[in-house]
Amino acid sequence: MIRACLMVLLLLAAPMLFVSPASAIGDPSEALPNAAQEARAVEIGRQLRCLVCQNESIEESGADLARDLRKIVRTHVAAGEGEAQITAWLVARYGDYVRLRPPVNAGTILLWASPLVFLLIGGATVFAMRRAPKAVPAPLSADEHTRLQRLMDT
Amino acid sequence: MNRRLLLLTPLGVAAIGGASFWAMLRGMRTGSFDPRGIPSQMIDKPLPDFALEGFGRADILVLKRPVVLNFFASWCVPCIDEAATLVTLNRANVPIWGIAYKDKIPATDAFLTKYGNPYRRVARDLAGQVGIEWGVTGVPETYIIDAAGIVRWRYSGPLSEQAVSVVTKLATA
Repeated sequence: MIRACLMVLLLLAAPMLFVSPASAIGDPSEALPNAAQEARAVEIGRQLRCLVCQNESIEESGADLARDLRKIVRTHVAAGEGEAQITAWLVARYGDYVRLRPPVNAGTILLWASPLVFLLIGGATVFAMRRAPKAVPAPLSADEHTRLQRLMDT
Repeated sequence: MNRRLLLLTPLGVAAIGGASFWAMLRGMRTGSFDPRGIPSQMIDKPLPDFALEGFGRADILVLKRPVVLNFFASWCVPCIDEAATLVTLNRANVPIWGIAYKDKIPATDAFLTKYGNPYRRVARDLAGQVGIEWGVTGVPETYIIDAAGIVRWRYSGPLSEQAVSVVTKLATA
């Protein structure tokens, strides 16, 4: 029974193993004729946010603006520009928001540092708790002593 | 002391978080905060270079006075909403120039006939390339360029009542 269940799960999961990573959707005529240049354009485009759908890269998005931006990236790649140059061109028009990976600057330092900050807070808390002296319980009073004695005798 | 600190720290964090969320929700209701909004990169910069059928950068620079630049399209439903507002602004002597964004020429003309033409001049950005130069993410989008050709203000979406008063103040200064 367990074996049958596993087989079914495996069969269901199988298609996921063969899904190729998303690339420029739709029109194959969008692609540059030079395969190496096209690969570079896809790589750059994957790091750029579609301003309409906002959580997709321009390579994945079906929005009109994303298509226009893909075209622009390809024009710049064909002109021999590098990733930094092309990204800068887009950032000048749309701001850092167009980058899916935000740059480290004064506005994003808290975001980038947050894993370290939380690790430090957690570490400090654990350290403080381990160092704190264990409270010594107060000695038993005479009354409690007699009660305890009685309980143990019975 | 230590124990009290341990108790109060999470409460303090939760209080700050709660206050921030409250401010965000309040801003979303009054329109001062838009979680999907993208700040314009053009503010306080000289207007980008462009030349279209209709007008270009040079035509705005020779004006030597503020002008409102409105990106619109006949296929954009919020633009229909905004048309009446722009017509009223135009009557109030606010100079508005329009750029038809990714729109077919006959469709733009039909739109202007139907909903009124508030524009002193209309340019046609058929390919949407000039929109990208300006950092336009959708229509309608409105910019104010001052007498020196510096972009001073941008509004994304159909102009609200509040925005109209800002436009009137800046563009007739």
